[in-house]
Amino acid sequence: MNQFTTLTSKIVPLPNENVDTDQIIPARFLKVTDKKGLGDNLFADWRYDADGSPRADFVLNRPEMQGRQILLAGDNFGCGSSREHAPWALVGYGFRAVISTSFADIFRNNSLKNGLLPIVVDKDTHQQLFSLVQEDPNTTLAIDLAAQTVTLPDGRRVAFSIDHFSKTCLLNGVDEIGYVLNLRDKIEAFERIHEG
Amino acid sequence: MSQTLFEKIWNAHVVAQEPDSPAVLYIDLHLVHEVTSPQAFDGLRTRGIRVRRPDRTFATMDHGIPTTPRDLPILDELAAKQIAQLEKNCAEFGVTLYGLHSAPDKMGIVHVIGPELGLTQPGMTIVCGDSHTSTHGAFGALAFGIGTSEVEMVLATQCLLQRKPKTMQVQIDGVLQKGVTAKDIILALIARYGVGAGTGHVFEYTGAAIRRLSMEERMTICNMSIEGGARAGLIAPDDTTFEYMAGREYAPKGPAWDKALARWRTLPSDPGARYDATLTLDAGALEPMVTFGTNPGMGIGITGRVPDPAKTPDLSARNALSKALAYMDLKPNQPLLGQPIDVVFIGSCTNSRITDLRLAASVLKGRKVNPRVRAMVVPGSAQVKRQAEAEGLDRIFKEAGAEWREAGCSMCIAMNGDQLAPGQYAVSTSNRNFEGRQGKGGRTFLASPLTAAASAVAGAVADPRTLIQ
Ligand code: SF4
Repeated sequence: MNQFTTLTSKIVPLPNENVDTDQIIPARFLKVTDKKGLGDNLFADWRYDADGSPRADFVLNRPEMQGRQILLAGDNFGCGSSREHAPWALVGYGFRAVISTSFADIFRNNSLKNGLLPIVVDKDTHQQLFSLVQEDPNTTLAIDLAAQTVTLPDGRRVAFSIDHFSKTCLLNGVDEIGYVLNLRDKIEAFERIHEG
Repeated sequence: MSQTLFEKIWNAHVVAQEPDSPAVLYIDLHLVHEVTSPQAFDGLRTRGIRVRRPDRTFATMDHGIPTTPRDLPILDELAAKQIAQLEKNCAEFGVTLYGLHSAPDKMGIVHVIGPELGLTQPGMTIVCGDSHTSTHGAFGALAFGIGTSEVEMVLATQCLLQRKPKTMQVQIDGVLQKGVTAKDIILALIARYGVGAGTGHVFEYTGAAIRRLSMEERMTICNMSIEGGARAGLIAPDDTTFEYMAGREYAPKGPAWDKALARWRTLPSDPGARYDATLTLDAGALEPMVTFGTNPGMGIGITGRVPDPAKTPDLSARNALSKALAYMDLKPNQPLLGQPIDVVFIGSCTNSRITDLRLAASVLKGRKVNPRVRAMVVPGSAQVKRQAEAEGLDRIFKEAGAEWREAGCSMCIAMNGDQLAPGQYAVSTSNRNFEGRQGKGGRTFLASPLTAAASAVAGAVADPRTLIQ
């Protein structure tokens, strides 16, 4: 799994609330048996016209947005379908962190497993971040996972919370499946008791 | 200590729990489908390991499967490849597959066949790489959707790392009025409390209105828990549950049944058990519901009017509403009744079971689908299809001018070629009205099977109460 330690990047703002995973990656792109190429179809129906040409009005298509790795998203980001193709597409495109006031549960889990850091901030901070980007589209944030902080351009630090386990896994690139495979004795003991 | 249904199931499945870490939760039943599993099986190959418990793992093909006659080839190359990959994976790893070639008479939408086969049982932990796994909670099972990495973990270990969610009681009382269904209850709940209300929580639906519902109606409610933000929705098992289960293929038989029954009867939440939060709804006050927007929370009573962004104080809610109305090409304050439609879709894991089809048929019997409308009826499984045909429902649909299709997810997710054209309006019994969900540029009004059937006849959004006695 992908490691995450620190990240310094400018921001792509996407204020829409309740962005569902069908928007992040439409279902017709799920007919794949691997994870490759999904980034090209990230937000496909907002990003491209019917003929496949990029829509100038969509934020990802603005020239200055290219290469940015932090997505500043509206409330309840990633709701709907459980498709892990959503974080695969976000990571495939180049995002490493998403900041919002809340994330749908399954999306949050899926993101953590792919080195995509979901950062929850309170409503005021969220508003401030959008204002900052509006005033200066080149606002740069510095994320430090070990310290659990986002540093704003004026040096102010916003703390965010993340559970200890997810943090350790991200910092060290721990393979969660390997971790549970190592618990084989406990799993076998559980099965013996419950299947008697 | 009094415990909730959720706590009883959770506590009985914790294999290990380190401080500051998620619990290692044992999974009793793992359901698999073709779209969210290929990368997980690949992961096993890379690790050189087998499926730990193939006897607890069952697969079907539903999302990409055509609903045209089964003897026709699958024209979509990518879908065909994904389906072939599932067949290969199940054969290689010893997983039972209810598939096109292995069990065409029992295949269907994963959340329809699990209960139908008796795989879904009270007190179980059930997962599937699909958010509507919440459906199985209708049996008092803790059932939730997972991502593909988690599918791989469950295949490999039969366990899942889970943070313990909070509980939210959803108390629903009152007696449903004529023409109002379980679908209207859940649409009304989400309209009232929003699509994020259940985030971080497991719903437990309680109250007199829930007790009166059949198993299929309870599945409709639990199915859309995820649309209210809750990963799982539970309903305590009772005699309705046990009657439904008795005699099903995988249900326990003989003395094992009696033993199971005694255990299942201990599952309901104890008197005085505490929930972290409570929501309430009066089912008696509801009229049929219909959505007007681009998330399932944007719903109104069918005689209501589309809300006005100008009257929405919160800025981001106002923007979301304006954007939704622009996509749907609807005007603030307009009624939805009489809004012309192009397609009616009756199907999906929300409303494709036999009682749903009976409701739709009760409206369509002796009537005609309006010529401007394409109406599709897609049963949830091959067994539902046979049952409907045995009851003559297929003839009612066909005589009315509706299409009677093979089982699958179909236009619920529009991956298999069944889809709306850009700009088309559909009344759909499915669960998601997201932009493009039923086809790029398509516009969805979610509603009950009764409302969908009435709308098919009218050629426009219609109130089913005008057509039923
Ligand atoms: S019917 Fe729709 S919601 Fe249900 S499993 Fe299939 S695609 Fe998902």
